[in-house]
Amino acid sequence: MTLFQRTIRELHQMLIDREISSVELTESVLGQIAAVGEKTKAYLVVTRDLALRQAKAADERLGGNRDVRPLTGIPIALKDVLCVQDVVSTAGSKILKGFSPPYSATVVERLEAEGAVFLGKTNCDEFAMGSSNENSGYWPVHNPWALDRVPGGSSGGSAAAVASGEAIGALGSDTGGSIRQPAALTGIVGFKPTYGRVSRYGLIAFASSLDQIGPMTRDVVDSAILLQAIAGHDPRDSTSSARPVPDYVSTLRDGVKGMRLGVPKEYFVAGMEPAVEQAIHDAIRLLEQQGASIEEVSLPHTDVALPAYYIIAPAEASSNLARYDGVRYGYQAEGAKNLIEEYMLTRQQGFGPEVKRRIMLGTYALSSGYYDAYYLQAQKVRTLIIEDFTRAFEKVDALLGATSPTAAFDLGAKTQDPVAMYLNDIITIPANLGNVCGISVPCGLADGLPIGLQVIAPGFREEVALQVAYAFEATADFRRLQSPLMRAAAA
Amino acid sequence: MSAIATRYEVVVGLEVHAQVLTQSKMFCGCSTDYLTTPPNANTCPVCLGLPGSLPVINRRAVEATLRTALALNCEIPEFSKFDRKNYFYPDLPKGYQISQYDLPFSRNGHLDFDVKGEARRSGITRVHLEEDTGKLLHAGAIEEAQSSLVDFNRAGVPLMEIVSEPDLRSSDEAREYVVRLRAILQYIGVNNGDMESGQLRVDANVSLRPVGQAEFGTKVEIKNMNSFRAIHRAIEYEIGRQTQVLETGGRLVQETRGWNDARGLTVSQRTKEFAEDYRYFPEPDLPPLEVSRAWVEEIRASLPELPAARRERFITTYGLTPYDASLLTASKPMAAYFEETVRLGAPAKAAANWILSDFSRLLNADRKEIEQSSVTPTHLQQLIQLIDSGVISGKMAKQTFEEMYRAPDPGPALTALKGSSQISGDAELQAIIDQVIKQNPKSVADFKAGKQQAVMFLVGQAMKLSQGRANPARLRELLRTRLSQNG
Repeated sequence: MTLFQRTIRELHQMLIDREISSVELTESVLGQIAAVGEKTKAYLVVTRDLALRQAKAADERLGGNRDVRPLTGIPIALKDVLCVQDVVSTAGSKILKGFSPPYSATVVERLEAEGAVFLGKTNCDEFAMGSSNENSGYWPVHNPWALDRVPGGSSGGSAAAVASGEAIGALGSDTGGSIRQPAALTGIVGFKPTYGRVSRYGLIAFASSLDQIGPMTRDVVDSAILLQAIAGHDPRDSTSSARPVPDYVSTLRDGVKGMRLGVPKEYFVAGMEPAVEQAIHDAIRLLEQQGASIEEVSLPHTDVALPAYYIIAPAEASSNLARYDGVRYGYQAEGAKNLIEEYMLTRQQGFGPEVKRRIMLGTYALSSGYYDAYYLQAQKVRTLIIEDFTRAFEKVDALLGATSPTAAFDLGAKTQDPVAMYLNDIITIPANLGNVCGISVPCGLADGLPIGLQVIAPGFREEVALQVAYAFEATADFRRLQSPLMRAAAA
Repeated sequence: MSAIATRYEVVVGLEVHAQVLTQSKMFCGCSTDYLTTPPNANTCPVCLGLPGSLPVINRRAVEATLRTALALNCEIPEFSKFDRKNYFYPDLPKGYQISQYDLPFSRNGHLDFDVKGEARRSGITRVHLEEDTGKLLHAGAIEEAQSSLVDFNRAGVPLMEIVSEPDLRSSDEAREYVVRLRAILQYIGVNNGDMESGQLRVDANVSLRPVGQAEFGTKVEIKNMNSFRAIHRAIEYEIGRQTQVLETGGRLVQETRGWNDARGLTVSQRTKEFAEDYRYFPEPDLPPLEVSRAWVEEIRASLPELPAARRERFITTYGLTPYDASLLTASKPMAAYFEETVRLGAPAKAAANWILSDFSRLLNADRKEIEQSSVTPTHLQQLIQLIDSGVISGKMAKQTFEEMYRAPDPGPALTALKGSSQISGDAELQAIIDQVIKQNPKSVADFKAGKQQAVMFLVGQAMKLSQGRANPARLRELLRTRLSQNG
């Protein structure tokens, strides 16, 4: 096996055993980026020099055995919505073309402190708005399992990079499924922690009350390792939680024996592919065989989660994106004759169609006379969804369902129909609205395309989601699923 | 039917924006000193609204708002939150202002003040907290400027908005309301009261309605009033303008008008026929705040004596007129100056007169505050003593006071005053002594009989005779010698 195919945990062992150096490892990954990058288009920026400099520093740290951490020397990709000081950070949007922030996100600083190596900024849907990565302001990303298919979105670049060997692990962000859905569609593990578990400082905002940063990795152990590094209170983010962060790795192998796992009947939505449904039933059976008790539960407001989400998220986005006016940074239209024209031209030319659609939706929903009917109503629905989860978690420890109703679809298949695209997130959105955490773990293939099992645990019970996902992964045979692109390049 | 001119009632409500005196900004650690630093020096990713930055509440600014609310007799709800007010403007880096909409820190208060000694009260709708904007500098007049520059030093400075009920009925009331409000803000240390530099900004909503009518008339918002005088003049002007429009059968439009102090009139800035839609919604980056009762009580207990209480005390303790007491307590430094002068020994009435007449006239002309003057309470007390003891005439004192005021150090002028008018020559002193001895044979006899204290009485009489101008030390010496000689 080549280095870029391995997991964080394996590589960490090799690094501390001095079997390999971080520079070797980083060069291996950079080599894979060079080899398949044109196929996946996973990266917007590859920070080759920075990566090698960090790898060298990590090797010195490893050599001197100074404060060696689980991520020291490990090459990681960062979704373009994360600010990295002096590295172009655009959230996949042309309106931020060339923008280099003068500061780094808290998660970026934490990974730097661990001694991680930054490979670059991964492609994503513009401002994380999308489920296929086709809304990138630059270019779409191709699924390493089938290049004519989408990798999912919005963290499609991070997902494709991890699935193709172009990164060992990555960070994504999840507002309505943007980590879990692409993880499912590319056969990797993607974890959306509870809102408030990871600092959002330096995450270019889409919808502030829903956005959450999380790990995208090859397996569940790596997910725990990466989450451990980024979780915890941040004084710069008032919405980050002060709750102590448990040790996610040490409880990972506790198993599901005696656990009560719920299967929300509403999660088997209309339009779900039979192969996906079958794979989920198989996964549930496997967990039952390991000693978990399975029961059907109901989350009765699941059907209104999607419409509520498409009020709340665009409303917040319409405000969050107001700052992109061409006055101070980013793209500025030329030829404007006055201030209003400068605003209009800059935003007309700088934003893509989906972003404009959501700004308009959100502006409308917040307008006087409509606020009560839309925004306020959506907030009430959100409360009902939170209550759905609270009631379900009185009976069960975690919930099981599909991550996405379908496997990866063809590029261009849904670009003309926004609502069909929105339906991709129908079973990931409730976890964002409900302030709970959810992980997607590979659970099979349908016609050679990966399928994801979603495990949802109560708010701030990330260790429970990880335990269930790990128990499944350890028994099921899908951990070493490798995309054709990764296998081919390694051969 | 003969036309009877309609009589109108004036309705004024005031919105006062007061910058909170904190070291750091509302949502970041940048310094609030935007006046003396170079443009954009006090900025960071948060107050520049860079992508990904997040606000963190400055607890001190919240505390200052609660102090203000308590001083204005407001209710403090247990639950409060920040909201976003969305609009586009280049001085607003995020495209929204973090403010408070439906759950402000306080509401339902009132402010007592007086107009020419008569008590008045206005309701306070609310006191809330928000962030200030940056400042635009246009290359030339705003209509023609080819370019504009933005300075974000002020962006994010904590700003309180104090909204009154439409309870004010004249320009006098409006002015006195602001005078008292400004005093309160200074007393509790939350704002420096500087209207000229915009650290205290007043907007007035002015409307007229026929006397007896319950509904309000069309209101006009007046901005850009940078002094008490400007507030008074602008509202007076606006009352006249609106009256004329109504009396000539015209219709008023809801609009914002700017006060032009030089020309003495208001100018239309923008009409508000259609209400602006700020699309307020709860700020998702800041969790709602619970204001504990313990915190509220702690702040309440820490409030100092407020202007109304001090005014009462000045009336009862010092015997001042209500009018003088109001004027003196309108400024915290002035009230403190007065009390210090009295403590040093000056009679209250004289101290008040000096501070409120000559001293205030000079300060106003120079647009200075009393604490910036080189004349200290000690200087003023000494001057008053010189008058009281008859050393100098009131007229002389007035001339000298201005001299003292203009000098970087008033000491020499004061000393010179004492020196110039003092009688130190032995011949002159002897003449006074002759007279005193002639007029007080009993005391002279007492002294000769051994009563040493009698000499003090005679010195006092001599001082009186000289209208306090005799050099007391030399006088005593000569008197003793004289009495002994005649022994």
